[in-house]
Amino acid sequence: MRTTIFRVAATLWANRKARAGLSILFVFAAVAVLAPLLAPYSPTATNFARSAPASWSHPLGTTGSGQDALSQLLYGTRISLFVGFGAGLAATIVAMLVGVVAGYARGPIEVILGFATNLFLVIPGLPLMIVLAAYLPTRGVGTILVVVSVTGWAWGARVLRSQTATLAAREFVAAARLAGEGIWRIVWHEIVPNMVSLLAASFFGASTAAVLAEAGLEFLGLGNPSTISWGTMLFWAQNSNALLTGQWALLVAPGLCIALLASAMSLVNFGIDAIGNPRLRER
Amino acid sequence: MRYVLRRLPVLVITLWAAVTLNFLLPRLMPGTPAGAAVAKLAGQGSVSASQRRAIEVMLGVPHGSLASQYWQYLKAIAGGNFGISYTYFPEPVSKVIGAALPWTLALVGTVTVMAFVIGTLLGVLAAWKRGSIFDTAASVGCTFMAAFPYFWTALVLLYVFGFVAGWFPIRGGYSASVSPGWDWSFFVSALGHSVLPAFTILVSGLGGWVLGMRNNMMGVLGEDYIVFAEANGLSPRTVALRYAARNALLPGVTAFGMALGLVVGGSLLTEVVFGYPGIGYLLYNAVVNEDYPLMQALFLVITVSVLMANFVVDLIYGLLDPRVRR
Repeated sequence: MRTTIFRVAATLWANRKARAGLSILFVFAAVAVLAPLLAPYSPTATNFARSAPASWSHPLGTTGSGQDALSQLLYGTRISLFVGFGAGLAATIVAMLVGVVAGYARGPIEVILGFATNLFLVIPGLPLMIVLAAYLPTRGVGTILVVVSVTGWAWGARVLRSQTATLAAREFVAAARLAGEGIWRIVWHEIVPNMVSLLAASFFGASTAAVLAEAGLEFLGLGNPSTISWGTMLFWAQNSNALLTGQWALLVAPGLCIALLASAMSLVNFGIDAIGNPRLRER
Repeated sequence: MRYVLRRLPVLVITLWAAVTLNFLLPRLMPGTPAGAAVAKLAGQGSVSASQRRAIEVMLGVPHGSLASQYWQYLKAIAGGNFGISYTYFPEPVSKVIGAALPWTLALVGTVTVMAFVIGTLLGVLAAWKRGSIFDTAASVGCTFMAAFPYFWTALVLLYVFGFVAGWFPIRGGYSASVSPGWDWSFFVSALGHSVLPAFTILVSGLGGWVLGMRNNMMGVLGEDYIVFAEANGLSPRTVALRYAARNALLPGVTAFGMALGLVVGGSLLTEVVFGYPGIGYLLYNAVVNEDYPLMQALFLVITVSVLMANFVVDLIYGLLDPRVRR
């Protein structure tokens, strides 16, 4: 398992698109960790002039309630990375459990899990997320994490299910079964190591979707508006009419960061696709 | 016909599951949405038990055991009765939705078809000219475009063309000076209001079609029969369009059907940004105003339309690809 991961990582790094994506992710991760050192002010300090345009002391201007926009942007990286990777991980774990069990099991379990996957696959994601977020009594990062994970696992589960079903029919799995290996050993040591690239693809796919979904939900005001994140920055920019006052930086900066983070994740996924499908590999 | 009959039970079970999910969701959550609405409607003063009862009856708040509520819910849905909207009181929910639906269908429907056609053609071109500058620009550009949160694209377009340039109206589906009807001035006004939302949806939706079609083409172009067609001396254009693209289109048809089903759900965030009077904006307003009957009905309508679209696509797929019929 470990050697497989290293091999996947090495192949990824050899791919130009994936390398670009990984580099951008490293930069964002560094910003998230070093935010207190990089940010010129506290992101919650409100003792500056309100709605000030960009200047040397406030490169991105200040918000409608007098906070430094650049500091907010730097600190906001934390929430986006946390929700993105957190929801991506949660969705991938659910997808792996459902997909592997549905692909390997026979009988009613397979039917029920397959049905649940297809159901969640066709229910439109954003409306479901919004309705869920509206029903849940608390508003905050945790709620968004749960909502995004609950709605994001089905695509990965379907892909992993068909891959498991294919692998389960192969000779080496039959050999392992005849050798008397238990079901968990077969799943963990024979099947899952052959799906590492698919798991990685569904992880980055789910993370990309989570970053965008989190921004969308917070923009609609379904998050906790006092959290410092890119989505809430956009929410406040919209609600304080930042565009009318000409403060386009309040809008452009968080949007570009979200786009850059999401495209970095997609770029990594291009590299993973190339591992799984040699036809797409760069010559 | 046998193929249709075999697909039908799946549709019925999925519909039932979606309807039941819609019933259970609000009841699984802590607190009662109806109670919150009653409290909100009652205002600041204290509510006596009889007042509360009167409000509940007026709004049609469900009573009784879970099973009897479920039965009433199923009966009401079968009759197209979704209750009364809290926000647009005393309008029934079905009427509110009916008023918003044409806006969304016209805008998002048209743009979805456009995005599919343009995107697929570009995808064919990118795969055909594989490795060229056009291919690289198209794939990288589409990845980047798909990564932008589309409500953000909407905001930027709104700022540049609405506020700064002032070419297009900023909010709504038509200007206040005209009233909805089948006349020319209304049509022009509605068209002008739809340009920016339409462009936003087109820009954010195009990338997926381009990349999808390109990847499908890549797969098909590696097949033996393509090599055979090339060896026969057919022109590259004929091979790409008549031989490869036709087969590569099949997965695209499925995705297109799903996209058509999603049309009813609207382009929620775009509609919110532009204040466009469609289904997405309505759902947003229902959530903000805690209008639970409206929210539930909208979610059901959105889900059911996707399920129906999927069913139709399954049937069409059976016609297009005889292999799946067996």
